[in-house]
Amino acid sequence: MSEQIDNPLQDEVSREASPVESRNIQQFISFKVGDEEFAIDIMAVREIKGWTATAPLPNQPEYNLGVLNLRGTIVPTFDLRCRFGMGRTKTTPYHVVIIASVQERTIGLLVDAVSDILTVNEDQIRPVPDMERITAAEFLSGIITVEESMVVLLSLEKLFHRGETSSSAELAA
Amino acid sequence: MTGSSFTPDNLAQFKATFFDECAELLVDLEERLNEMQAETADSEALNAIFRAVHSIKAGAGAFGFTQLVEFAHRYEALLDRMRDGLVQQTAAVATVLIHAGDILAGLVEAARSGEERSKDYGSEVSVEIDLLLAQVDGLESVITPVAAQGCDSDGGGEEPDRQPDTTVYVIDFAPRTELFRHANEPLLLIRELKGLGDLQIECFTDRLPGLRVMEPEDAYLRWRVTLTTDKSLDEVREVFEFVEDDCELAISAVAAEPEPREEDQDATAAGTRDADPAPSVEAPAVTDNAAPAADDAPATDGAAPSVQPAEERPAKTVSSKAAPQSGGVSSIRVDLDRVDRLVNVVGELVIAHSMQSQLNLNSGADFQSNQNNEDMTRVIRELQECVMAIRMQPVKSVFSRMPRLVREVAAKVNKQVRLLTEGEQTEVDKTVIEELADPLTHMIRNAIDHGIETPEEREAAGKQPMGKIKLSARHAGGNIIIQVIDNGAGINKEALLKKAISKGIVSEDAKLTDEEIEELIFAPGFSTAGSVTDVSGRGVGMDVVRRNINKLGGRISLHSTQGKGTCFTLTIPLSLAVLDGMLVAIGSEKYILPLASIIESFRPQGEQIRALAGGGEVVSMRGEYIRLIRVHHLFNIKDAVTDPRRGLVVVTETANGGKVGLLVDELIGQQQVVIKSIQENFDPVPGVSGATILGDGRVALILDIEQLKTMPAASGELWRPSSAAQTEQLAEEAQGNGQNAHVSAPTTDPEGRQLPITV
Repeated sequence: MSEQIDNPLQDEVSREASPVESRNIQQFISFKVGDEEFAIDIMAVREIKGWTATAPLPNQPEYNLGVLNLRGTIVPTFDLRCRFGMGRTKTTPYHVVIIASVQERTIGLLVDAVSDILTVNEDQIRPVPDMERITAAEFLSGIITVEESMVVLLSLEKLFHRGETSSSAELAA
Repeated sequence: MTGSSFTPDNLAQFKATFFDECAELLVDLEERLNEMQAETADSEALNAIFRAVHSIKAGAGAFGFTQLVEFAHRYEALLDRMRDGLVQQTAAVATVLIHAGDILAGLVEAARSGEERSKDYGSEVSVEIDLLLAQVDGLESVITPVAAQGCDSDGGGEEPDRQPDTTVYVIDFAPRTELFRHANEPLLLIRELKGLGDLQIECFTDRLPGLRVMEPEDAYLRWRVTLTTDKSLDEVREVFEFVEDDCELAISAVAAEPEPREEDQDATAAGTRDADPAPSVEAPAVTDNAAPAADDAPATDGAAPSVQPAEERPAKTVSSKAAPQSGGVSSIRVDLDRVDRLVNVVGELVIAHSMQSQLNLNSGADFQSNQNNEDMTRVIRELQECVMAIRMQPVKSVFSRMPRLVREVAAKVNKQVRLLTEGEQTEVDKTVIEELADPLTHMIRNAIDHGIETPEEREAAGKQPMGKIKLSARHAGGNIIIQVIDNGAGINKEALLKKAISKGIVSEDAKLTDEEIEELIFAPGFSTAGSVTDVSGRGVGMDVVRRNINKLGGRISLHSTQGKGTCFTLTIPLSLAVLDGMLVAIGSEKYILPLASIIESFRPQGEQIRALAGGGEVVSMRGEYIRLIRVHHLFNIKDAVTDPRRGLVVVTETANGGKVGLLVDELIGQQQVVIKSIQENFDPVPGVSGATILGDGRVALILDIEQLKTMPAASGELWRPSSAAQTEQLAEEAQGNGQNAHVSAPTTDPEGRQLPITV
């Protein structure tokens, strides 16, 4: 696939923590949804491709964009912006789908742009403050600071575990 | 085959093969034993049982599974007596054989998993076998471990001087290198021959090269074996069964009457054989088949209770293998992964080809290339069928596991149950077969535990004390239909409803139809058993069964009459890989309808469409009224044709033989599609059985007509009425659906589902 996206911001953000410092180094892929920066574990990411049209699945929550064809595999795709309650993304060919593995499943995440690979020490990850009003907090697994900007770590397992992704007619009923 | 030594490198692999074989043999054994219990068994069945047990024993001996060998040996001894007609085949004996089969399976499982069974595992059965043996052999031969010589007289009254017909065979045997590569060993073959009768062996070393150029792993020796035996040519051939392709072999019968020869004392350990074939003109007093077996009997007997390594019984080894693969289909064992890969590649080929066809069509290709394309389509189709056929297997392999289950479970709950099976030869894709075992096991277990009453209850209800469960399979269109029918108590709908209410699954004032109440069985955490028993109530319910069946793209439904019994019907696609489909457009989306279920399509006139008072619409076709399903309602497709007069009604046949009409915008064309699972990466989507990739690379969903038929709730809510007349009718429909919502509610997560989150 030629849709592999070069990382435009690769050189703009400095790398945190050299690998020598600690063994508890983790790597994340960071991406933009709206004005916010999120990141997911790099180990979950299978590939990154440009946006292609999906076949919508009937009676799904709005953030479910349907399924796309990833070289013969049917991959359900989710609009992260919509998942966070910010309305559906108006897709353009410049939008990016991150193909990720979540609990043995392969899913696609529509984001605005992929930013960087972040290498961070475990102790740089700050816990998410206790915010009762934000129910979303439970799928936020931490916050890291990169160059004074805040990147929110997402737990895909919590965001898209089985049963959560579907709901279909049962939900509508 | 017996007692070959393996290099440690290959041991694990050989073991795996052995257990694969064991699994197959046990299935065969099970089936034959069932025939025996059903009293349809003939001597062929007995032979088959013997062969299965023997093969397991031989393999087990090679790997040193002593407990297994010991038990198999005892089992074999009993079977041997039965073949000789010394033990009559009675119901009691059949029961012992069946139990022994179970124990054998248990021991194989133990050997496979590497766990130790207690010393007395299966001892009850062993004792019963010993008793049976003792009756024919005399007690001492059972109790005294080795009575090798001199117990000929015990051998069921055979005259020791009885003489069989003998033939002299000249066997020219020249192994090729492959013979060694396949872990065979000429010495063992010759030993086996030795067990058949008298041998004279010549070894030809003329092909031996000089030491310098000799490859130590190549085969250079040839043998000429002159065998004097009472066995048939087939039995002699049998010895070479496994090496036939790896050697040059010529067997010829020289004379019917050989010159007497001294017993050949060769240096091998097989020398303990008595055989004693002093030749004579007399025909044997017993039948041909029984004679050799009886001849071997003493040695086998004596060894029965003792721990006996496999290599000690060469003669029996050979005769036991007699007549198995004569004729039959030749087959190869292939790793399933390889077949899967092939199936996938062919699937991709089909997609690529349909892309090409599309291109041809669009570019207005000339006649010739269209012609070529047609040819290619045909070839690819055939290729695909061939590939799919590789994976097809009769459902027998699953069905044959069930009788044992029925026996065990029935015994545990003190019920009398007989299992009948039908359509075992019906073929299904291998993956489907594998996935069937669990649901079927569960359903049958349920049927015995909850469905079938105790013998007393049955008699009180005027039924026969023996309950019946029928397991049947048949093809219907592109599906296989499997039914589990019991003639038990049926479902007590009142009790079911009460329980559902008490569990909060259904609200108290809900009015449910009988079907809806039956549906409750599939609700999670629902068990109809009055009490939790050893057999069921382990927290796995029919909801799991349904989920498993859904995972296969199938459906499960039930029908129950109180007091008469229950019938579960599974409808499962034959193959999980391809489908003949009709591509239809609904709005801007494209869907695939299974071609097999399409009867016809037409554009209705206005007067053909009627709204029903109870909700819903029908369309009349040649005087027949067919329910009209608006797919765009169910799927909430906004830009679809809503006026049936401008769309098309596709009339389809449903699993129960009924018809429904689906409203679509247009038919695009027929094509074969490769089914891709949605469930692999996603949860089941109601109304959709899978997806496929179209020629242009886009994904199209495959519609599931059965589910569409039963999808009311969403449509009511999603309906955007477009005309006043429809509004009224659909408002009613929505009301009807509101009731259904109660029923479908239990299938949702009891902990409450998370709705889309707003930050």
